[in-house]
Amino acid sequence: MSEPVSSNPSAGDVDPVLRLEGLRKSYQIGTPLETEVLHGVGFTLRRGEFAALVGPSGSGKTTLLNLIGLLDAPTGGELFLQGTPTRALEDAERTALRGRAIGFVFQFHHLIQAFPVLDNVLMPALVQGVRRSRELEAQGLALLDAVGLAAHAHKRPNELSGGQQQRVAIARALLTRPPLVLADEPTGNLDTHSADDVFALLRRFNHAFGCAVLVVTHDPRLAQRCDRILNLVDGMIVRDQPVAPGSAPEPAQQPAAT
Amino acid sequence: MELSWRIAYNFLRDGRAQTLLIIVGVAVGAAVIVFITALVDGLQGNIVQRTLGTQAHIVVSSPDLLPLAQAVPPGTVDLRSTDARPQRLRSINNWPGVLGVLQQLDGVTAASPVVTGPAFAQRGAAVRAVAVIGIVPQRYVQVIPVNQDMVQGRFNVGASQILVGNRLAQDLGLRVGDKLRVQGASGGSQVFDVAGVFSLGVRDLDQRYVYMGLKPAQALLGLPGGVTEIDLTVRHIFRAEAIAERINRLTGLKSESWMTTNGQLLNALKSQTLSSALIRFFVALSVAFGIASVLAVSVVQRTREIGILRAMGATRGRILAVFLYEGAAVGFAGSVLGAAAGAGMVWVFNTYGPALFYVPVAFSLVIEAVVLATLAGIAAAALPAMRAAGLDPVVAIRYV
Repeated sequence: MSEPVSSNPSAGDVDPVLRLEGLRKSYQIGTPLETEVLHGVGFTLRRGEFAALVGPSGSGKTTLLNLIGLLDAPTGGELFLQGTPTRALEDAERTALRGRAIGFVFQFHHLIQAFPVLDNVLMPALVQGVRRSRELEAQGLALLDAVGLAAHAHKRPNELSGGQQQRVAIARALLTRPPLVLADEPTGNLDTHSADDVFALLRRFNHAFGCAVLVVTHDPRLAQRCDRILNLVDGMIVRDQPVAPGSAPEPAQQPAAT
Repeated sequence: MELSWRIAYNFLRDGRAQTLLIIVGVAVGAAVIVFITALVDGLQGNIVQRTLGTQAHIVVSSPDLLPLAQAVPPGTVDLRSTDARPQRLRSINNWPGVLGVLQQLDGVTAASPVVTGPAFAQRGAAVRAVAVIGIVPQRYVQVIPVNQDMVQGRFNVGASQILVGNRLAQDLGLRVGDKLRVQGASGGSQVFDVAGVFSLGVRDLDQRYVYMGLKPAQALLGLPGGVTEIDLTVRHIFRAEAIAERINRLTGLKSESWMTTNGQLLNALKSQTLSSALIRFFVALSVAFGIASVLAVSVVQRTREIGILRAMGATRGRILAVFLYEGAAVGFAGSVLGAAAGAGMVWVFNTYGPALFYVPVAFSLVIEAVVLATLAGIAAAALPAMRAAGLDPVVAIRYV
């Protein structure tokens, strides 16, 4: 699983994966009434960076994540994904870029129950028009192997536990090797043990593939294990600080390294 | 396999009970449509066949005689009252030539010259009014298969052999081999041998028809060498009217199709066709609504999965295709089952039913039902599919 991409976050800042400039989002609530949720959010996420986005509920975390994930369009400011300005993109272009550049991990794992585990992992590639081939299947199986679920490749998602399903979702998010992975409360629905597993997996893939990871979490324990913590309060980043190395001990139970 | 189709298939398989129910619903509709259509077509075919068993598809005869009034110069108001002229029996001018032309006509499969007119049949003191029909036997049977309706004797007409209907035979106490005197309206008469007795199954005809050779009939009716009409068989019976009109334009002769002479029957058939079309339409409509409502529910159930697919880069077009495929698949599967069931019902009807007539199931009807149901499925899926494609991924993903 060696990748040419450097896993060192401080290497070459020429081409940040994500750059936000004065990003604003307001919603229309009734004809003359508008409510602004994000009041000019700006930060940069470099390759291989592993950042946590924390903040109280109602602070706009979900809205911000939707914008970054190109699921929604901002009403002000600009969002650069790998240097490409995205605000003016048409739905079709936005969809294509989203499929290419972003991997999603959701709180409720969101696997498609109608398909077996392996098909779920392959889905991002298939949806983007890649033909199902032995190579693609091998790639999917390797990822499932990396998350320790190769034996379950042909089961239905609902035959797996919550933690296992979330690991499948992580494998799915990484299939197309996106430069950016967005995780929305990936451990919010799991017990501590599973949560640690899932988090460690994200961390490992972050090292292995050099993808930038942005994790939204409520769990300060997990946030402390990221490289950097972005604190969003009332639609503004109020604090953006690196985590001192060694401030949080790695959990003892780590899946076998590749 | 195309991905959209695979997603559609897996969604359908995943919602097992729901899918099964709607397929059964479509199947019931398709079965009803196939059964009713086959039944009505069979019934109509049977009625038409019976009707045309005793009459020619087209009868060509001399044009009606017009009143012998001098034509008035144009611009003059004509105040004269003219009576219609009595139509005396007369031959078609140059009938062998006309026969040759009609035989070559597109869509005409057989032509038979006939001389027919009124006469009296006399045996002892009993006299009956009859219709003398002079025929060329080998030609005539291609128009009306009298040879298949013989109940006694043989189908044999000639210089002195005649065929009589079974009613007339009963009235006059005739048997095969008996003699019968036939007297024409113009006074000539001849004694014939009864060679056979037929039954066309129509009381009036069996009481009045007397078949004989062309020559003796011409002599009896005072039309030596002439024929009063030419009977035609056409390939497609419902084209008869159009062909009759063409003959009229071509030759100037009076040309009547069975469709004109059986206007009432045709009317009944038409209203029957219309009512069965209405039944089919409304059954198809309710099936389409069924598909639409089930798919609408399915879109709601799949909202989150649609959101995930969109997040992974699936286009609106792909989501649209998934649900259109679902509609098509449900329509196709249901109608294949339903058409089989409908054909089965027809078989049961043919085997255990009243057995008044046989109902065939045309293969084209089955194909038609399947194609129509599949198209209806796609049409029914259009609205739910557009709804699915229009879902906002942000909303869809967080839908619980």
